[in-house]
Amino acid sequence: MPSIKVLAEREEKRVRFTGGHTLCAGCAEPMVVRTVLNAIEDPVVVASPTGCLEVASSRFPATAWNVPWVHVAFENAAAVISGVEAAYKALKKRGLIDRRIRFVVFGGDGGTYDIGLQALSGALERGHDFLYVCLNNEAYMNTGVQRSSATPKCAAATTAPVGEVIPGKPQERKDLTEIVAAHGIPYVAQAAVSHLIDLANKVERAMKYEGPKFINVLTTCPLGWRTPRDSAIQQAKLAVETRYWPLYEVIEGRYKINYKPKERVPIEEWLKTQGRFRHLFRDPRGKELIAQIQAEVDRRWESLLRKEQCFGQEG
Amino acid sequence: MRKAITGHKAVAEAMRQVEPDVVAVYPITPQSEIAEYYADYVHNGLVRTELIPVESEHSAMSACIGAAAAGGRVMTATSSQGLALMVEVLYIAAGLRLPIVMALANRSLSAPINIHCDHSDAYLCRDSGAVQIFTESAQEAYDYTLMAQRIAEDMRVRLPVIVNLDGFTLTHTVQPVDLLEDEVAKKFIGEFKPVHPLLDVDHPVTWGPFAMPDYYFELKRAQQAGMEAVPEVFLEVQREFSRVSGRNYAGFFEAYKAEDAEYVIVVLGSTAGTAKVAVDEMRARGIKAGLLKPWLWRPFPAWEIAEALKNAKAVAVLDRAFSFGTMGALFEDVASALYPLEKRPVLVNYIYGLGGRDTTVPDLVRVFEELPKIEKAEWALRYIGLRE
Ligand SMILES: Cc1ncc(C[n+]2csc(CCOP(=O)(O)OP(=O)(O)O)c2C)c(N)n1
Ligand code: SF4
Ligand SMILES: [Mg+2]
Repeated sequence: MPSIKVLAEREEKRVRFTGGHTLCAGCAEPMVVRTVLNAIEDPVVVASPTGCLEVASSRFPATAWNVPWVHVAFENAAAVISGVEAAYKALKKRGLIDRRIRFVVFGGDGGTYDIGLQALSGALERGHDFLYVCLNNEAYMNTGVQRSSATPKCAAATTAPVGEVIPGKPQERKDLTEIVAAHGIPYVAQAAVSHLIDLANKVERAMKYEGPKFINVLTTCPLGWRTPRDSAIQQAKLAVETRYWPLYEVIEGRYKINYKPKERVPIEEWLKTQGRFRHLFRDPRGKELIAQIQAEVDRRWESLLRKEQCFGQEG
Repeated sequence: MRKAITGHKAVAEAMRQVEPDVVAVYPITPQSEIAEYYADYVHNGLVRTELIPVESEHSAMSACIGAAAAGGRVMTATSSQGLALMVEVLYIAAGLRLPIVMALANRSLSAPINIHCDHSDAYLCRDSGAVQIFTESAQEAYDYTLMAQRIAEDMRVRLPVIVNLDGFTLTHTVQPVDLLEDEVAKKFIGEFKPVHPLLDVDHPVTWGPFAMPDYYFELKRAQQAGMEAVPEVFLEVQREFSRVSGRNYAGFFEAYKAEDAEYVIVVLGSTAGTAKVAVDEMRARGIKAGLLKPWLWRPFPAWEIAEALKNAKAVAVLDRAFSFGTMGALFEDVASALYPLEKRPVLVNYIYGLGGRDTTVPDLVRVFEELPKIEKAEWALRYIGLRE
């Protein structure tokens, strides 16, 4: 497994994603991008849908990418990488390429959970050999913090504002990791920016498999979550500790929870640190809503534990 | 080698001879058989192409873009709603200067849903930046699919090229088609030269960056230059194709008995075949009728069309789609082309054949009969074969 030393050495040696981007100060996206790219030894080709990472890394005529990178539109990164990978296979067959090249997508939750879900599902079903990393910051950040299907219940978003009648987003978040797992692809995982070595290990394990691989990474957005700029790691860590965002893998259909918090940290601990949930602590309905959020976190955690029991890696 | 085959098969055979690295395609009537024939070639080992059976046309074009940017030669085909779904990314293919060749089996757009031919799909992507070619027969569809590859890949152009063939009329009817020998076709097509391919990992490039007001305009201007280079390349490719095929392609349009014609119909696609019969009938009656059938529609060869029409008394431009709220798209092209002339023919616009409505020889004879009676150019639509 790649140690911090190896990751750091690779970062020194070959800087795949440079510092010349315009992501916000304190944004978690570059940490995830660098960790993923450093965990892969082979040459890579990267695709990104429209979103913060794309806009902040590719303003013509500059670029932050030192690896081949392609952006086409918002909803089609998985289809684009399908084409890149198919061309690779075709050129290999014709003897025009002999080296091993790996294919990676970095897509936001909007480009993955919502508008890009169909293209993603198609690419997974067809079995293209690529790694899809979802930089899940739980809203459409690039366009001004609109709600996505990854946005947690009650969070304030510009299209799900805290109003007199409706307090933020009414719906629960979609469980995309399980939807992806249902495609029966070889490798599926959840990770968080707070656990970078865990993420690097996951990437390395994933890349051992041929076919589609998917990692859903909780990627703090201080701007959209309304948290201090230096809190990205702490925020993601609390999400893991409260079991809101379990770190787990589904490898060839077998579940493994990578980290089980010893104590049950109530979800309030995470909610109360973020501006997007502030209203829950001011509104008289807040207590009841927090209880609902907690109940859903518990339900999903229990369900995951049971899946691990039934379809564990040893079982 | 002459074969009796459908337009589908003719296009699929051209694709087999091109043998692109990647074909990403999604079925839709009346295009599906192209996808089916090609899948058959792949599954029987006739081609080494990677076939991507995508889950939508949006993904078909997206995968083509990925594959072309990666450094592969790619092709696809679609129709109607499929084109409508992919149009967002078709613009991007053009903006990224990717030489993707696509057969478009022309079919009407919903609503009401209808699977039959008109040109509303081609008109929908008129301003996409794709080169558009119209064909009259399965033979032309085959020939231009091969020529399109050369036009698209020419370094002066590097743009997607759409080869239009009328749904059902051309796609589903069996016609005699002369196919080139495989080696001759392959030699004509030549090797693909990728530009800054993604797969050249030692020379990383950023594809599809975002551009602000400080650069966007210049990048789009460069794209327009690619379009402006098409006419020259088109003629060169026609010349070479005529040489290897023994067929005679010269010019942006076919002018049928148009040289001395006083009354001319301008029409795209298979209806030109019907119009030729009508022209002959008029000529037999001693009326100087003629036909202009543009092969190249985008870019529009305005200067040459004006030259060809300048001596006519009256010209009927036939559009097989509405451009709602204004005149037909082809009519407006021709009207603009004629504007610089000092003496212009009377120009009228007919809408015809929507949703597969038959257009017959008597219909077009009637157009020729009407033309001499029209005294002034009109800015009002006339219709062929419509109940009102
Ligand atoms: C077809 C289309 N619809 C909408 C948009 C506008 N748009 C661009 S990026 C974006 C949101 C991106 O959100 P996400 O994928 O979560 O990435 P983030 O910016 O949050 O990292 C939206 C709505 C677009 N570019 N294309
Ligand atoms: S808005 Fe959020 S995700 Fe986007 S760059 Fe800023 S911090 Fe990062
Ligand atoms: Mg997002």
